[in-house]
Amino acid sequence: MDVVTDNYQVVAIAFATTVLLFVFAGIASLVLGTVLVTFRVGPVAVMRRAAATYVTVVRNTPLLLVLLFLSIAAPKIGINFQFLKIVIETSWGDIRMTNAFGVAVVGLTLYTSSFVCEAIRSGVNAVPLGQAEAARAIGLPFGGVMTSVVLPQAFRAALPPLASTFIALLKNTTVAISVLVLEAAYQMKQLFDVYPDQRDKWTVLVMFAVVFVVLVGLVSFASNRLERRWRVAAR
Amino acid sequence: MTQQSVLFDAPGPRTVVRHRLYTVLALAVVAALLAVVAYRFYQRDQFAGEKWEVFVTPDYVRFIIVDGLWETLKMAAASIVGAVVLGLVLGIGKLSDHALLRVPCWAAVEFFRAVPVIMLMIFCFYAIFNDMGIARGAFWSVVMALTLYNGAVLAEVFRAGILAVPHGQSEAAYAVGMRKSQVVWIVLLPQAVKIMIPAIISQMVVTLKDTSLGYVIAAPGLTAVARPIYQEFHNHVPTFIVIALIYILINLLLTLLATWIQRRFVGERKQLEVSAVGTADQTTV
Repeated sequence: MDVVTDNYQVVAIAFATTVLLFVFAGIASLVLGTVLVTFRVGPVAVMRRAAATYVTVVRNTPLLLVLLFLSIAAPKIGINFQFLKIVIETSWGDIRMTNAFGVAVVGLTLYTSSFVCEAIRSGVNAVPLGQAEAARAIGLPFGGVMTSVVLPQAFRAALPPLASTFIALLKNTTVAISVLVLEAAYQMKQLFDVYPDQRDKWTVLVMFAVVFVVLVGLVSFASNRLERRWRVAAR
Repeated sequence: MTQQSVLFDAPGPRTVVRHRLYTVLALAVVAALLAVVAYRFYQRDQFAGEKWEVFVTPDYVRFIIVDGLWETLKMAAASIVGAVVLGLVLGIGKLSDHALLRVPCWAAVEFFRAVPVIMLMIFCFYAIFNDMGIARGAFWSVVMALTLYNGAVLAEVFRAGILAVPHGQSEAAYAVGMRKSQVVWIVLLPQAVKIMIPAIISQMVVTLKDTSLGYVIAAPGLTAVARPIYQEFHNHVPTFIVIALIYILINLLLTLLATWIQRRFVGERKQLEVSAVGTADQTTV
């Protein structure tokens, strides 16, 4: 058990990075996904097509490729995140939010927002027809129909698929290991390098897995609570 | 407007004008974005012939297809076969009447759905296949991690599929005196398979995409062939674009197949949806 007692600080720092990736990319992809879905169901054909193309392309590209593109290819055409130089110093170690972190957040956002778009779209489809018809009948334009009638209900209906999307995002933050962000998976790999003993490796895996099971459990707990609260509000 | 949406009215004359304006604006924005990208490419010489020439040079095309695509497809195929078998075992196990069987299957499913694939891969590579040689070890680590994860996901698909078969079917089967295993294997599964196939194919898309994660343990595959190419020709941007296009093409083909099968065998019924959120419900057949 020395593995745990000796390393819990660095592990905690790594998971803090994981959570930060999740929070930043989660908020950004929620915003971008909502914009995309407005384009996707809107009355302007060009926007519909552009959003649909984006979703199809991004959904079918591996996330790892998106991240590698941003970290290896994008600098060649002048896109980088060198301006990010945030280092949070704690007594257990530094949380570094620099170029690689920026790449990871942007990549995760671009990727996840297409799934958010599809999740909310399924929610939009679940809103009863009468709601949109009533909104149109009182003279609301498309923007009004969406922002004050359809989207609030669509979010409610989209909650289960959205929760799945966010759980996927939480697990996908580990892909940031490919651009060398020191998050949970990278920290685990480093511990494997330090501890050659087979028993220790199992302990390390269990330690990281348990934290992940707990984090995933938290997201799904939050989603269940929200679902229950919003269901009451709907009555 | 060809198809009528409920979200907006058929536009009147003024709205038509407004929508035309939006169309023009949207087109302008899209065109401007593409132009910026194109200009950047041009400025940094990314359109240069020698940067793209590799992808029509027979030797390198063969390299991409044999060392890249073929390895990726092998890994994906092996993991999907493994995942279907594992999913069947876990899925039926979760439907068992015996808590001794049901609870471990439930725990395994929840565990492997919650742990990121990349962590499983790294673990397999360092702790299970570590005395196998790097290339083969990495290959089998990818296969094993994907089998475990997708097996857990497919277990839910199988369970939901079996539960989606009308209740009368199993009741009738019990009524003619079949045993539990007969009911599942002879009556429920054959009917469930039909509605599960599209979900299984969507999972194949996920698996194919996830084989790229093997990059972090230096596994072979489509993502891995990128590095030698861009290191030799310094064509980072074209390489990633071409590799991404190959992935997109294959995934679109798989999606088309799923849609076709859905139409052919399932009809207009909704595709089976399995939530990634863990549920505590332990229904049995």
